[in-house]
Amino acid sequence: MIMSDKERWQENYRALRERQNPFVTVSSVPVAPLYTPEHSAGTDYERDLGYPGSYPYTRGIHANMYRGRLWTMRQFAGFGSAQESNERYKFLLSQGQTGLSVAFDMPTIMGYDSDHPRAYGEVGRVGVAIDSLQDMERLFQDIALDRVSTSMTINAPAAILWAMYIVAAEKKGIPSYKLTGTIQNDILKEYIAQKSWIFPPEPSLRLITDIFKYAKEHVPKWNTVSISGYHIREAGATALQELAFTLADGFAYVEAGIKAGLDVDDFVPRLSFFFNAHMDVFEEIAKYRAARRIWARHMKEKYGAKKSESLLLRFHTQTAGCSLTAQQPENNIVRTAYEALAAVLGGTQSLHTNSMDEVLALPTEKAVQIALRTQQILAYESGVANTIDPLAGSYFVESLTDQMERGAEDYFRRIEEMGGVLAAIGQNFFQQEIADAAFRYQREIEKHERIIVGVNEFTKEEKLGIDLLKIGPETEKAQVGRVQELKRIRDNARVRSALADLEGAAKGSDNLIPKIMTAVRAYATEGEIIGVLKTVFGEYREQAVY
Amino acid sequence: MSQSRIRVLVGKPGLDGHDRGAKVIARALRDAGMEVIYSGLHQTPEQIVEAAIQEDVDVIGLSILSGAHLTIFPRVKDLLREQEAEDILLIGGGTIPEEDVEVLLRQGFAEALFTPGTPTGEIVGWIKQRLETKEPEPVRAKDE
Amino acid sequence: MSRDEMDEWLERLLRHERRAVAKLISRVEDDRGREEIMRSVRAHSGKSLVIGITGPPGVGKSSLVEALTHYYREKGERVGIAAVDPSSPYTGGAILGDRIRMQAHTTDRDVFIRSMGTRGHLGGVARSTADVLRILEAGGYGRLLLETVGVGQSEIEIMRLADTVVVVLNPGTGDGIQAIKAGIMEVADIFVVNKSDMPGAERMKNDIEMMLDLNGGAGPVRRPPVVLTSALQAAGIQELGEAIAGQQAFLRESGQIKIRRQVQLQRETWHCLEEKVRSLFDGAWPQIPQDLLEVGERDPFVLVEKVWAKMTGGRDDYER
Repeated sequence: MIMSDKERWQENYRALRERQNPFVTVSSVPVAPLYTPEHSAGTDYERDLGYPGSYPYTRGIHANMYRGRLWTMRQFAGFGSAQESNERYKFLLSQGQTGLSVAFDMPTIMGYDSDHPRAYGEVGRVGVAIDSLQDMERLFQDIALDRVSTSMTINAPAAILWAMYIVAAEKKGIPSYKLTGTIQNDILKEYIAQKSWIFPPEPSLRLITDIFKYAKEHVPKWNTVSISGYHIREAGATALQELAFTLADGFAYVEAGIKAGLDVDDFVPRLSFFFNAHMDVFEEIAKYRAARRIWARHMKEKYGAKKSESLLLRFHTQTAGCSLTAQQPENNIVRTAYEALAAVLGGTQSLHTNSMDEVLALPTEKAVQIALRTQQILAYESGVANTIDPLAGSYFVESLTDQMERGAEDYFRRIEEMGGVLAAIGQNFFQQEIADAAFRYQREIEKHERIIVGVNEFTKEEKLGIDLLKIGPETEKAQVGRVQELKRIRDNARVRSALADLEGAAKGSDNLIPKIMTAVRAYATEGEIIGVLKTVFGEYREQAVY
Repeated sequence: MSQSRIRVLVGKPGLDGHDRGAKVIARALRDAGMEVIYSGLHQTPEQIVEAAIQEDVDVIGLSILSGAHLTIFPRVKDLLREQEAEDILLIGGGTIPEEDVEVLLRQGFAEALFTPGTPTGEIVGWIKQRLETKEPEPVRAKDE
Repeated sequence: MSRDEMDEWLERLLRHERRAVAKLISRVEDDRGREEIMRSVRAHSGKSLVIGITGPPGVGKSSLVEALTHYYREKGERVGIAAVDPSSPYTGGAILGDRIRMQAHTTDRDVFIRSMGTRGHLGGVARSTADVLRILEAGGYGRLLLETVGVGQSEIEIMRLADTVVVVLNPGTGDGIQAIKAGIMEVADIFVVNKSDMPGAERMKNDIEMMLDLNGGAGPVRRPPVVLTSALQAAGIQELGEAIAGQQAFLRESGQIKIRRQVQLQRETWHCLEEKVRSLFDGAWPQIPQDLLEVGERDPFVLVEKVWAKMTGGRDDYER
């Protein structure tokens, strides 16, 4: 019998030992020893890959990609008071950063003012404390809001913080149509993974479609939702789950917009995405490429989008916080660099690289600088941005990309069968899938089936050698004082009437954004506005899944 | 026929929703034969201590990633003292910098703190060792 | 625990100290001085009627318990709750998460919530659930609520513990049919169709009513009312509260309570007997001696006879 070359290789391979078995990705997906043309035999170049900037956008959303403009280097930052954050932003802009990204503290994220008892100990801790328009004005003091794009990581109370931003710009004389930026505003992933919810799903979706409508008229360059897989992944999901659940959320927003009477092409171009970049370089690249293709296909074929902007999946990427280790934290610089590489090879539009110390505390200025330099080295020295989608045609990467798409379609079918995303949330489907994946990952590490350098292998006893940023209790005290002072000196009759007006609108079906802006202009606090909405909308309750 | 079981309250104080660690720990403790009462998210120190007392737990484990550990641990310890329940062990984990770990342990605001990356087996071992007088009943009719 | 220590805790229990309630429950659950503790507790309890909430998983039992707790708190009553979750049959461990859906009352000193693992006991409750409820009562919590595991079957155990059995179902889930199959229908004193905002709630209510019609309804017991609720929207809770009050008044006025308590005592006694027998053979039970298996016998009935003979010292005519 004559052996083919392939059979000969197979025989040779079997005769040799494997250093482990099985080989799997970070998401526990098996990886073959070798990929050949057979693995991508079903791929049709024109149909499945095409050219950058054209359907189905697998190779990128722009015809020239990074040969035209590099990705936006956008470091997420914010801590303490608005003034402290303002100084950090000005520092970052002076260092060559090209967009701002605001991190809020937990009380702001959950809709509590700094002087609320539940905010105790958390004011300014993990981000900046914003209670009112006054804080927002201080946050962007001396920053030209028509010249930077600002991303705000805010979800349940997004409408309020966005209104504060628009009014802050208005007071600087900048009209809202000139503003560019993003609000995360992705409530579905909160129920699924991140758990920073306030209202139940239906009224939350109403606030989101109100934002769609308002943005279309008044803030047309604003990205109204950043549909986020990042947190789904951080909660323990696999790459495939991140991809599938995030896109499913995206489709749910599209359907909500349609249901609210909007035309697909009027709001879908303003939806953007936010993905994680974990350690498995090829799996991540395949995830981004599959995401673009799936989105384009669904938008065109299922939702009948006409404008090409509606088909483009634009995304921001952040390297995986959950991949960082508290042990030997300097190693995190290297991890982050590989993750950033994957994001760039996957065609991201903007990127945040984590600082080495983020697993321990808020990053120091030094650590932030190294993280930013990591991106700059990638952009200017490594050569990876010289050509478009350089890994296309790799048997392995194309095969993984196809596998991702098939797997995601499978999840979409299951979600559909459950009655859609909201029904699946109600049945704890996503939550259970993620909890199981998180537990499996942890077990693999503990059983030594997965090696994490410095954690379960190559360990050493050490004293922490890096400096950490400390937020003292003075920040909280000062912020509490400020918000209480504000509540005393402002025109409280005006606040009351604005809030009463908002409550009436919430009970009806008018767009709430103008009402919220009126309350914001009167210096009503975030907590007061949320409080009024809670009385009408109620509060969401935790569905516990282990 | 004594059936003592170790009971642990896994608590998530603070406003953040990062419960991945808390849930992984809860499952690991359950698999080690313990009864785990999971508090749910966004608990105040008062809620945690009250639940710990009603449930008569041996251990409270707090998962804190909000940076508020320096206020929460002392507060929980104080409340336990007020309720004459200092016998309940207080342990925790999350993003707690090493120097804060030292401060909290030195001042007796926690019995043990585990940094990210600690194998769950180590936490199980620590609890069992501290409570060795309260051995769980050996497993019978194990069906494997 | 020394006798003195136990007496002190019992004394503190009667002073309604929460720590004592909690400690004594643990001791009873762990079977450390259970008999002595319960002897004292029984002298100070037994008057309160127990409301048992049962039904398939995910039907909203915890939320309903919370809503009822709120209802009774408004009336100034002190509420004691035992919530049972399954223990792992392999490790004996458990994750007890019912409190999560009862957050509104966690710091209310007039509400006491105790989560329990089944610890190998079948039937949707734990072995010591009845005791736990009585300790809660002796500790000053006069309104007793019990939430079962909710396996959706073999809920018959709840009869041993509850004076008012509330069976909770959801519309449009095929729960009704399942309930008939599982024999839940027979144990219900009250039916609740929870999540009444879901489509098909009215229809579900009618289905249950029809089933009750078919069962005759003219027996010695009262026809169970069917109540529509939405625990999350606090709808129908008043009606449920009234239905419970009506059923409990009927129990007391008709004298049915006496019969129920007798049945409960019978079952409980039988239960304790079973346990006593088990503990007598502790170690040998339920394992079958290896030497018997090695004989090659495959018929379990024959094996039973041989084990029995071994246990009773060769007197295999023990029963005859």
